[in-house]
Amino acid sequence: MEKVEKILETRELNVNMGPQHPATHGVLRLVLEIDGETIVNVTPYVGYLHRGIEKLGESLTYFQGLPLTDRLDYVSAMSNNIGYVVAVERLFGIDPPERAKFIRTIVGELSRISNHLLWLATHALDIGAMTVFLYCFREREWILDLFEMICGARLTVTYPRVGGVRNDVSQEFLDSLYKFTEEFPTRIPEYETLIDKNRIWLKRTVGIGVISAEEAINWGLTGPTLRGSGVQYDIRKHTPYDAYDKVEFEVPIGTNCDTYDRYRCRMHELRQSNRILKQCLEKLPPGPVMADTPKFTLPPKDFILKDMEHLIHQFILITKGPTVPEGEIYVATEVPKGELGFYFVSDGTGKPYRMRIRAPSFVHASVLSRLCVGHLVADVIANIGTIDIVLGECDR
Amino acid sequence: MLIDTSTIGLVEVEEGTKVLPPNLIITSIDKVVNWSRLSSIWPVTFGLACCAIEMMAAGAAHYDFDRFGIIFRGSPRQSDCVIIAGTVTKKMAPVVRRVFDQIPEPRYVVAMGSCACSGGIFRTYNTVQGCDTFLPVDVFVPGCPPRPETLMEGMILLQEKMRKEQARWSMWR
Amino acid sequence: MIVEVNMKFPYMKMDPLAIAERIKEKFPLEVVDVVSFRDQVSVIIKKEKIVEICRFLHDDPVLDFDHLRDLCGVDYLGKKEPRFEVIYHLYSVRHRHMIRLNAQVSESDPKIDSVTSLWAGVNWHERECFDMFGIKFKGHPDLRRILLPEDWEGYPLRKDYPLKGPEKEWSGFAEVLEKAKKYREFDWEG
Repeated sequence: MEKVEKILETRELNVNMGPQHPATHGVLRLVLEIDGETIVNVTPYVGYLHRGIEKLGESLTYFQGLPLTDRLDYVSAMSNNIGYVVAVERLFGIDPPERAKFIRTIVGELSRISNHLLWLATHALDIGAMTVFLYCFREREWILDLFEMICGARLTVTYPRVGGVRNDVSQEFLDSLYKFTEEFPTRIPEYETLIDKNRIWLKRTVGIGVISAEEAINWGLTGPTLRGSGVQYDIRKHTPYDAYDKVEFEVPIGTNCDTYDRYRCRMHELRQSNRILKQCLEKLPPGPVMADTPKFTLPPKDFILKDMEHLIHQFILITKGPTVPEGEIYVATEVPKGELGFYFVSDGTGKPYRMRIRAPSFVHASVLSRLCVGHLVADVIANIGTIDIVLGECDR
Repeated sequence: MLIDTSTIGLVEVEEGTKVLPPNLIITSIDKVVNWSRLSSIWPVTFGLACCAIEMMAAGAAHYDFDRFGIIFRGSPRQSDCVIIAGTVTKKMAPVVRRVFDQIPEPRYVVAMGSCACSGGIFRTYNTVQGCDTFLPVDVFVPGCPPRPETLMEGMILLQEKMRKEQARWSMWR
Repeated sequence: MIVEVNMKFPYMKMDPLAIAERIKEKFPLEVVDVVSFRDQVSVIIKKEKIVEICRFLHDDPVLDFDHLRDLCGVDYLGKKEPRFEVIYHLYSVRHRHMIRLNAQVSESDPKIDSVTSLWAGVNWHERECFDMFGIKFKGHPDLRRILLPEDWEGYPLRKDYPLKGPEKEWSGFAEVLEKAKKYREFDWEG
């Protein structure tokens, strides 16, 4: 008997997954140590999309740094822009007008919906539900069309500006947005009927990737990934920015701390975002969309083309950058994936001395080594999906 | 058996292709091979950065890449083409090259987006300034990111290129 | 099951200056300076007792900094002495207050104690800081480069590192270029 046991000695197997893998949401690489079908250890490798945005940001003025943020989390570029401009505005000490705040809230929530739709599409596709992918992209295209209406771009929008937004929204846009808010709540049940009580979906998500509330905070998780574990942490409520203190909304909190609850959280967030959109449409005040602080904000384009003074003013602001008070500031905003923080060290010139981006995906990717252990190989895919990472933001 | 083509009704439907009713077609091998190749380009599912999202949008229901016969494959060994969708970093370059090396001949490369074409806005220490530095690129699709329509135009251009090829199927190529 | 909450319960938010005062009381020799800018307070500290200070902030029930928002480095080349600072952004999810710790690290001895024993999520932040600035974290379980390849030379976010990278190409990429050059003769030209 002993002899047989010795012959059948087993050892762990190392499996490489990625960077070219359809389900790693970009270029994530995992090295799995597996014992049969069970995961013993996971080592994530990131950095395959490290473009040096932080270093590049130090060589550009505060205005020029804005387009870089689109390329961080390209799934919800609008939220990233908002995070950047809110941080820069706090540093400059300026306040955008009310209308701009409401417009930003609108586009921020639209971007949250489009992000969650793409997340649901890819997460479901990875787990094996192809139909959801096609349904979700239908509504996502609708939102991208709305974005196109306001700024002309689909993905990398660069619409918010330091001190407001690029241009005012048209009545046509507001009408189509109203139509969207009316129609969208009827679409959510369509996705839910596909997977909500689907036996395969339940088997693949319930009880997978469980992380308790204390542990989730300790790991630094944020956003729906944290709220799925029952922690009431939402920056829109904790330190409201833009118009979030003027609208009513609830924050969905999970109780079972697993992949299924995080999925349900995001579905509830879709409804809440829609609710915020509706309120913003009702409350949208008239007025300017750009703060009137000539020291820090660019003059309107019409004046530049007619007026010498404004042209010189614009030239100086663009080439030299504004004169910024010395100091350091960290401002976090709630992007669809979690907490996006910008930390600026200013040395008084027009360029940031240090631009640090605290990306939620970076922290979320690190927790993979904790989530996957003990589960089966197939659950790695579910775990990658549930933490909602984008590698552009993770590697910066 | 020799067919006397002068007496029977051969109809030239397009340049180089003749049809003998009811169902005999006379054409060159080049034409058949190129036609079959260009009607089913299978790219690798290989997204690098932002452009991958637009590539996905092009593959989804709204823009529907399938009607060109473009179906994404998970493995490079089953593919004809790789769409470099996004910024290629120096750390990623060996992987991209390896994926390309795994694709069987004939193979094609589409550089999608400004970053893949020239490095785009990222002139930094870890960014490759255009993936043509280490890959033979067939089609450059500019834009940051290109719209799905632009990518479609790029794929149609690739099809045009494939249509003009001569004797790439032959063993003496 | 999902519960929807409004988050309108009372909480004990402390003024950041009061938090800085508490740190000063507890560690009078460690605190170098307290700087306030736009309602945010940075406590500049010496690096030696960083773990003790963090443990105090983490465990004290009134402060209760359970969430480490961010850890990063800053290079003050030619601006400040010592050259580096490691920045800790701490946040309390329960009490909703925040504080920033700036730990000074000198160029001659770029080492600081790791706080991974307190917050598990700091692991990758410290690795990134090592990757970008070359600051070593003593007691870190797995201190390797994270974003750049293992055999990369230099620390990119230091101010004396050129934006476009050094003259010498990274060996891995140089290899790819060479390989591409070698294989170019097999490319089909039509």
